[in-house]
Amino acid sequence: MRRTALIALLSHWRHRPGQLVTLVLGLALATALWSAVQAINAEARNSYASAAATLQSAAQPVITRPSGPILLEEYAALRRAGYPVTPRLQGRIQTPDGPLPLLGIDLLSWPGLAAPANDDTDAGSAASQPLTPADLLTAPGRLLAQPDIARQLANRSDLPPVITHQAVPPGRILTDIATAERLLNRQGEIDQLLRTGPVPANAPPLTSLLPGATETQPDSPDTSRLTDSFHLNLTAFGMLAFAVGLFVIHGVSGLAFEERRATFRTLRALGLPLPVLTRLVLAELVALALLSGLLGLALGYGLAAALLPDVSASLRGLYGAQVDTTLQLRGSWVFGGMAMALIGALTAGAQGLIRLRSLPLLAATGPDRWASAAARQIRLMSVLGIALAAAGLTALSFGGLLAGLAAIAGLLLGAALTLPALLRLILTRIAQRARSPLSQWVWSDMSAQLPGLSLALMALLLALATNIGVTTMVSSFRLTFTGWLDQRLAAELYLTARSDRQAQEITAWLSPRVDAILPRRSVDIQLANQPGRIYGITDHATYRDNWPLLAATASPWDQLQTGAVLINEQLARSANLWIGDTLPLPNSQSAPIVGVYSDYGNPRAQAITGLSHLTRQFPNLPGQQMGIRIDRSQIPQLTRQLRQTFDLPADAIIDQRRLKALSLEIFERTFLVTGALNVLTLGVAGFAILTSLLTLWSARLPQLAPVWALGISRRQLAWLELLRSCGLAALTALAALPLGLALAWLLLAVVNVEAFGWRLPMHLFPLDWLGLMGLAILAGALAAILPARKLLRMSPAALLQVFSHDR
Amino acid sequence: MTVNRRKMLRLLAAPLAAPLAAPFLASPLRAQGFAGLGTDAAGFDIPQPGYRFDFPTDHAAHPTFRIEWWYLTANLRDAQGQDYGIQWTLFRSALAPQDPEGWQNPQIWMAHAALTTQTQHHVAEKLARGGIGQAGVTASPFRAWIDDWHMSGPDLDRLHLSTQAENFAYSLTLQADGPLVFHGTNGLSTKSASGQTSYYYSQPHYQITGTLTLPPEPGAEPALPIPVTGQGWFDREWSSQPLASDQSGWDWFSLSFASGDRLMAFRLRGDTGDFTSGTWITPQGHTLALPNGQLQLDPQDTHTVAGRRLPTRWRLRLPAQQIEGLSTPATDVTIQAINPNSWMEVSFPYWEGPVTVTGSHQGRGYLEMTGY
Repeated sequence: MRRTALIALLSHWRHRPGQLVTLVLGLALATALWSAVQAINAEARNSYASAAATLQSAAQPVITRPSGPILLEEYAALRRAGYPVTPRLQGRIQTPDGPLPLLGIDLLSWPGLAAPANDDTDAGSAASQPLTPADLLTAPGRLLAQPDIARQLANRSDLPPVITHQAVPPGRILTDIATAERLLNRQGEIDQLLRTGPVPANAPPLTSLLPGATETQPDSPDTSRLTDSFHLNLTAFGMLAFAVGLFVIHGVSGLAFEERRATFRTLRALGLPLPVLTRLVLAELVALALLSGLLGLALGYGLAAALLPDVSASLRGLYGAQVDTTLQLRGSWVFGGMAMALIGALTAGAQGLIRLRSLPLLAATGPDRWASAAARQIRLMSVLGIALAAAGLTALSFGGLLAGLAAIAGLLLGAALTLPALLRLILTRIAQRARSPLSQWVWSDMSAQLPGLSLALMALLLALATNIGVTTMVSSFRLTFTGWLDQRLAAELYLTARSDRQAQEITAWLSPRVDAILPRRSVDIQLANQPGRIYGITDHATYRDNWPLLAATASPWDQLQTGAVLINEQLARSANLWIGDTLPLPNSQSAPIVGVYSDYGNPRAQAITGLSHLTRQFPNLPGQQMGIRIDRSQIPQLTRQLRQTFDLPADAIIDQRRLKALSLEIFERTFLVTGALNVLTLGVAGFAILTSLLTLWSARLPQLAPVWALGISRRQLAWLELLRSCGLAALTALAALPLGLALAWLLLAVVNVEAFGWRLPMHLFPLDWLGLMGLAILAGALAAILPARKLLRMSPAALLQVFSHDR
Repeated sequence: MTVNRRKMLRLLAAPLAAPLAAPFLASPLRAQGFAGLGTDAAGFDIPQPGYRFDFPTDHAAHPTFRIEWWYLTANLRDAQGQDYGIQWTLFRSALAPQDPEGWQNPQIWMAHAALTTQTQHHVAEKLARGGIGQAGVTASPFRAWIDDWHMSGPDLDRLHLSTQAENFAYSLTLQADGPLVFHGTNGLSTKSASGQTSYYYSQPHYQITGTLTLPPEPGAEPALPIPVTGQGWFDREWSSQPLASDQSGWDWFSLSFASGDRLMAFRLRGDTGDFTSGTWITPQGHTLALPNGQLQLDPQDTHTVAGRRLPTRWRLRLPAQQIEGLSTPATDVTIQAINPNSWMEVSFPYWEGPVTVTGSHQGRGYLEMTGY
C-alpha cells in the first residue's frame, strides 16, 4: 500500500518534469548562492587565521624606535628582563621584476611557524636532501617564499636557495634574521620587535631598556574589523539570495501540492492513513532537498571558485589582507549549505503539509474559502512590516555598523511585508475608478490574486531594491573615487630612491630639469591612540590647488609648516575629530587640526604636516620618496634619462597614470562580486514570479471560466493575463525605487562610514532605474507567457469542464 | 603541494634532542642523517682519556664540542609532606664548532623547565641562539641563563634558580654540602660497548630551600608560592658523539638513599643488547664506577601516557661490590614514579619525573626515559 502510494505520489513528477526541474533548480540555486558566500567567507577567515598563526603580526603589539634601529644588545637585554619579544629585520631584494620585500625573523624565538620541508621545493637542486637546522640558521641560509616567488628567485647565484613555504604571505620573502642581515648588509640591527605575550609584572619599563622606544598596537585589529564588515556584507547578500530562493521553492511546492490535491484525496479515500501520507510527502520533500542541496553545493563551489580571486584581490586592495585564491572544501559551509537546503525545503513545504492535514476527504474546497483568511494575513503582515521598518530605523540611533545593517534588514523586510497591503490599496483604488465592467474585473481580480503572488512580488521587491541600492552606492562611489584620484595624484611622476644619499643626488640632478620636486617623508606612530602614519610635505601649489579637502580652516597649507596637521577622513570619523580640534600624538604631544581630507581605499589613520616640522621631531627619517611635476610630454625622456643616470630599480619611477589605472582596477574588482551576486539575485526573483504564476494557474481556472463564458475571448484573457503580470511587476518596481534609494543612503552614509571610514555623496542615476523597471516588467511578462499560452491553447471544453469538475 | 604542519620549533630543536643524553630522541635524526650524530665528529673536539678538568672554567660552555648540558633535578617537599619534583635543564647544541658574536652564531640553546606533583606535571621550553646574549653560561661568577630563566651564584656551591614560566614558577636557593662527583673513569663516561664517551660530572649534594608556584585552579585566586625544602642533583655533561648508531633509547636514574649513599645508573637500549653503567656515591662523596653489566634494571609495570607505553615502575639490582677499597651493600630496590604522567611534551618529547625508592634502600630520586 505504502509502496503503491509512493509510486502514485512520485508519478506526478513523471508527468510534470518541468516542475521537478524548477523545484530542484530553485532550491539548488538558493543553496548555491548561500554556500558560495559561505565558502568565500570560510576561505578568507582561514587565510587570516593562518597568516596570523605564521607571522603572528595579527594582534601583537609592535615595538619600534622612530629614531633608528634597535641594537642586538638592547634586544638581548629585553629578553633577559623577561620581555617576550621577537625581532624583525626588513628590507628589499632586487629582482629583474622589481624589488621584493624581505622579512628576517629569529626562527628560534618566533612562535609557531610550520616547518618548511625541502620536498616542497620546486626550485633549486637540493630537492632530495632533508632540511636541517644548519641549512636554515647558518650561511648561506634559506629563503622561504610562495611558489611564484620561489620560481622567480631560482638560479640566482647571489641568493641563498629558495624553499617553497605555504605560510609566507604572497609577494614576500621570509628568512632567518642571520640570513637577512647578511643579504641586507645590516649586521646587528633590528627594525622592530613583536611582543608575543604579556610582560612580567616585575620587569623594568620598556624605555629604561630601550630608550626612545614606542609600542604600538598593530592595525590588524582594525583590519579584522574592516574585513569582518566586508564579510558581513557578503553574508547579508547570501541570506537575501537564500530568502529569495525560498520564495521559489515555496511557489513550486505549493504548485505541486495544488496539482496533486486530487491524488491525495484519492489516496486518502482508498484508505491510506493521514500519518502515512504525511510521512511520505515529508520523505519526498527531504529527498528532493538533499538532491537539490548536493547540486547547490556543486554550483556554489563553482561560483565561489570563480569569485574568490576577485574577493581576494579586493580584500588585498582595500585592507591589505591576504586571502588564498584556491578554494577548499570545508565542513563548515558544506554542512551549513546542506542544512540550509533542508531547512529551506521544509519551511517552504510546511504550508503544503499543514494543508494536507486539513484536506477534506470528500468535499472540494474552493480558493474563495481561504480568501478571507488571506486578507487577514495581508493586514497582519503589513502591521508587522511597519513595526519592523520602524525598529530598523530606531536601531540607527544606536550608531555603529551593526545598527546600520540592522536598519537595512528592518527596512527591507518591513517594506517587503508591507508590499501586499500597499498593492491591494492601490488596486482597490484603481478598481473603484474603473468604468467598464471588464476593467473593474481586471483590477479586482489582480487584487484577489495578491495573496498567492505576494511572496513572489516580495522577492522581486527585495531583488529590485537591493539592485537599485547597490548600484547607486557603487556608481556614486566610482564617480567620487575617480574625481578624487585625479586631484590626489597631481604629480606626474612618483620616485623612490634606493637610499637617502641617492635621493639627494637625484634631487640635485632633477632641479634644473623639472617644474618642481615634492619630497615626502613619513613615520608610523600612534595618532589619537590608533596606529597610523604621519607624512611630512613641503609647501607647494600642487597641494594647495589639488589636494581634496573635505573641511579646512582659512589657510590650512600655511599652518602646516608650523606644526599644524591635516588628517584623513577615517581618522577624523573614528576619533571624532574635526578642524579646530587638536590631534593627540605620542608622549602627550598634540597638534592643531587645520583640515580633513578624503582618503579612499586606506584603512589606516593618516595625517600630514610640514616636512621641516616633521624632520625636527624625527631627525633620522628616511627620505627616499618624491613626487615630480613636469610637462606630460617630457615624461618618457626624463624617465629614460633618470634610469640611465642612476641605478634605479624597475618600479622606482611610477607614472601617475599607471597608479590611477591600478587604483581603479582594485576598485572595479571590489565591486565585481557585488555585481555578480546582484544579477544572480534578480534572476532568482524572476524565477520566483514564474513559479508563483504557474502555481496560481490551476487555481485560477474557476475564476477565468465564468469570464470566458460571459464572452471574453481566450486571446483577450491571455493578453489580460500578461498585462496583469506586467502591471504587478511594474507596481512592485515603482515601490522598489524609494526603498532602493533608502538602502543606498544607508549604505553610503551609515555602513560605509562604519565599515570603511568614509562618507560618500549620493549621486542619482535615473536612467539605470528606467532600465531596471523595464527588466522587472520583462520578468513579469516572461513569467506570464507560459500561463497565457496555456490559456490560449486551452480547448473550450476544458474551460466548460470547470463548471462540472469537482475540485 | 603538501603543507607541512610540523612546527618549525621541532625542526630547529632537532640537534638539541641529542644532548638529551641519548638517541633518546635522536633516532629520527639519525635516520635523516642529521649531522651524523654518534658516527663522526667532523670539526668538533671529542672527549679524550686523561683529561684534567679545570674549574671553574669547565662549568662554562665548551663551544668546540657538539653538545652539552646543565641539568638540575630536585626532590622537594612542603610543610604538609606533599612531594614535588622540579627539572631545570639548559642544553647547548652547536651546528658548527665556532662561537662568534651576533646572529651568525651557530650555537643553539634550549631550556626545559618542569614542575611535577603527584597529580600535575607542567612543562615549559625555550630556544635561543648563542652569541647575542640571550642565553649562555659563564663560569665565574657562575651564571646559566636563557631569557629571564637563570641559575646563578658566586660559584657552583651556592646558586639561586629562578624560572617564571607561563603557568608555573620556582625560586630556589641551592647550597652544596659535598664535593663534585666524577663518573666513569675520572669523568670520562663510556656510553657504548664500541667506545662512545662523554665528559660527565655531577654535584648531587644540594640542599634546597625556596618556593614553588603552581597554576591557579580554574576560577580561583592566583596561587600563592609554596615554601619547600629538599635535595637537588646537578649533572654536567658534554661530548660530540654521545651514542652508538644502534642505540634507540635510554633510561637514566639519579637516586638518593636514606643511608646517605647515592646512585647514578643508566641503561642505553641498543639493537645488539643493552649497555648499563652507573656510579655508586658514598655519603662522603667517594665513587665507585659500575661498568657495563653490573647493574640489572627490569621494568615492572608500564603506564600509557601521550599514546606511548613506558615503564614507570622499575626493579634495580646491584650485587655487593668490593672494588678499589670501597665496598657497597647488595641492592635490590623498587623505583616507582610519583606521577606516572610526567611526560615532557616539548619539541622532542620524553618522560622525566621524580620517583620514590623502596626495598633494600629507601629514598627518592629522578627518572628519565627517552626513545619510547
